[in-house]
Amino acid sequence: MKGLALPFVFAALLAVAALIGIPSYPLHIMIVILIWAFTYTGWSLMGRFGLVSLGHGAFMGVGAYATALLWNYAGMTPWLGIPIALALAALLAVVVGYPCFKFRITGHYFALVTLALTEVVRQTVIATRDHTGGSLGFTPTPKGNDDTPGYIALQFDEKETWFLIAVLVWLVGLLIWRAVDRSMVRNALDAISEDEDSAAAAGINVTWEKLKITVLSAIMTAFGGCMYVQYQMFVSPDTVSGIGISLQIVFAVVAGGVFTKFGPTFGAIITLLLAEMLRIYIGTDAVGLDNAIYGVALVLFIVFLPKGILGSIEDAVGRQIGKVERSRAAAGSGARGA
Amino acid sequence: MGKIDTRVWLVVIAATLFVCLAYVPAIVREGDFVLAVSDVFLYESMINGLLLGGVLALLSLGLNLIFGVVDVVWICYAEIVMLGMYGIYYLHSVYGVPLAIAMPAGILITAAIGYAVHELVIRHLLDSAPINQLLATGGLLFFFQSVATLAFGIDFRNLGVSLGSFPLTEDIYISWSRLAAFAVAAACVVFLYLFLTRTFMGTAIRAISQDREIMTLMGAAQGRLYLISSAIGGGLAGLAACLLVLQYDVHPFVGLSFGPITFMICVLGGLGNMVGGFIAAFIFSELIALGGYHFDLEWGYVFAFVFFIAMMFVRPEGIMGRRS
Repeated sequence: MKGLALPFVFAALLAVAALIGIPSYPLHIMIVILIWAFTYTGWSLMGRFGLVSLGHGAFMGVGAYATALLWNYAGMTPWLGIPIALALAALLAVVVGYPCFKFRITGHYFALVTLALTEVVRQTVIATRDHTGGSLGFTPTPKGNDDTPGYIALQFDEKETWFLIAVLVWLVGLLIWRAVDRSMVRNALDAISEDEDSAAAAGINVTWEKLKITVLSAIMTAFGGCMYVQYQMFVSPDTVSGIGISLQIVFAVVAGGVFTKFGPTFGAIITLLLAEMLRIYIGTDAVGLDNAIYGVALVLFIVFLPKGILGSIEDAVGRQIGKVERSRAAAGSGARGA
Repeated sequence: MGKIDTRVWLVVIAATLFVCLAYVPAIVREGDFVLAVSDVFLYESMINGLLLGGVLALLSLGLNLIFGVVDVVWICYAEIVMLGMYGIYYLHSVYGVPLAIAMPAGILITAAIGYAVHELVIRHLLDSAPINQLLATGGLLFFFQSVATLAFGIDFRNLGVSLGSFPLTEDIYISWSRLAAFAVAAACVVFLYLFLTRTFMGTAIRAISQDREIMTLMGAAQGRLYLISSAIGGGLAGLAACLLVLQYDVHPFVGLSFGPITFMICVLGGLGNMVGGFIAAFIFSELIALGGYHFDLEWGYVFAFVFFIAMMFVRPEGIMGRRS
């Protein structure tokens, strides 16, 4: 379990902290951060291999809206609704992903196709406003106080319950990241992102490998959407779909670091804390200031720190360790030579 | 031979789709062929779609120039248009500058922004992965939006200048501002074409977009040409802003409503291909207009985006483009 001890200890600490009682506001912030961190981790699975999707808002929107619509109109418990929503997101990923990879649509062409996808979902939600509430947003029907237990409706009044769920979800996200990191898929995709033709010549089924990771990433993002709507009890097309949210996902991951396990989590922490801090200390006069800072930071990151904050720190630490080891090795060989 | 064949097929398919989209929904709904064909409002929306196409074509023109020359996707292009719209609005409505001065000033502002975007951001990213360039301009998108929110608030603002409309027939009215947008867009394509083919600078710009490395070796000042193209692209955004501000309200998020469609026009037309972009703008605008007429405006956009995705699979190099 090397490399995962830290998150488990951290999660256990968080869980204990939650049970002994944290005020509800910091608890809320932590829940939101963990849910977004899960979604961002899902995006980074693709992003690290150069598959930059601006379409993850589409999967998130499908996850959130399918779950909520099935609950409101069919009375279907999210325990069934979420798997259906995830299946829909996976289907969408295949329908768009397969031709994309088959016809070798890469780089900014891929980003723009996925951008069109996220806009399709956003506009569809707005257009079907008779059922989805359009731009005004949509609220899942609250469970009755008497009949439906909270675990069936997946609606809990206590923030502590949500917190434990969020910690669990986040841990699962990290486990998936780790499983991918150690799999053959990762090697194949690394090769593909280096040079697609050579990878294909070496016997890698490029389309299939890319499709697998895309579907996994889409499912994770859709699940993030499901969690989001169940926790927030509100969803609107602009908070889960559209170009804005897609860029937000990309930005947070790039800021944190695409190539490291905790990069997306770190990105979620800094972006959400920044927004909250500005909201608290500057107030509503500065609506938009957080995004202005994001924007400048995103540009600066890409120009100066393309590996993200955490990635760059790890790199620097790694270089230091490497230097020490090299000098030790040099000293050792010198000693032997003498 | 093969290439021409696909294009012919594309035209046939596009025309069939257009006719189907125009008449089939009404025939299904009314159950009457004659009624569907003689619906005067259908033709009005077609004409409006054509005029919208002019605006979209103008919007995609500057982006296409930058695409073609610098080979960078400016995700924030529509936000530069938005800033231009604010510039014109403030100069005219708040400081009382006449439109004849406010509009050129708006164009200068956006040209300066275009210059700055290249000088401050893109120039440092010329050697990075294309996707990083795209993301950096995505950061600028956030930045411009937020700066507009901070500086101007989120209220919808209207210039309050209307050029009015004139009747084409008894039932069909054409708005002057849309017609003006259409005419300016067409004129711009011609001017840009002449600039690119008949002037020394234009020739240099075309040459550098064909082969960056060789042209630099042959003594073309790459950096300067990129800067000039970016400034011209920014200025074209300002020109689009002049025409849009007459038709639409300004608010910080106005760019999101026509930004995505603008990139898709450029890609569908073939990156950097002005003529292709011009055609693509009209395909999109008719899809939006007809979808909007028969269903909802949002469905029009859905059709346009789905069409774009499908076209990328069929012809990733764009209608008129060559695949690199």
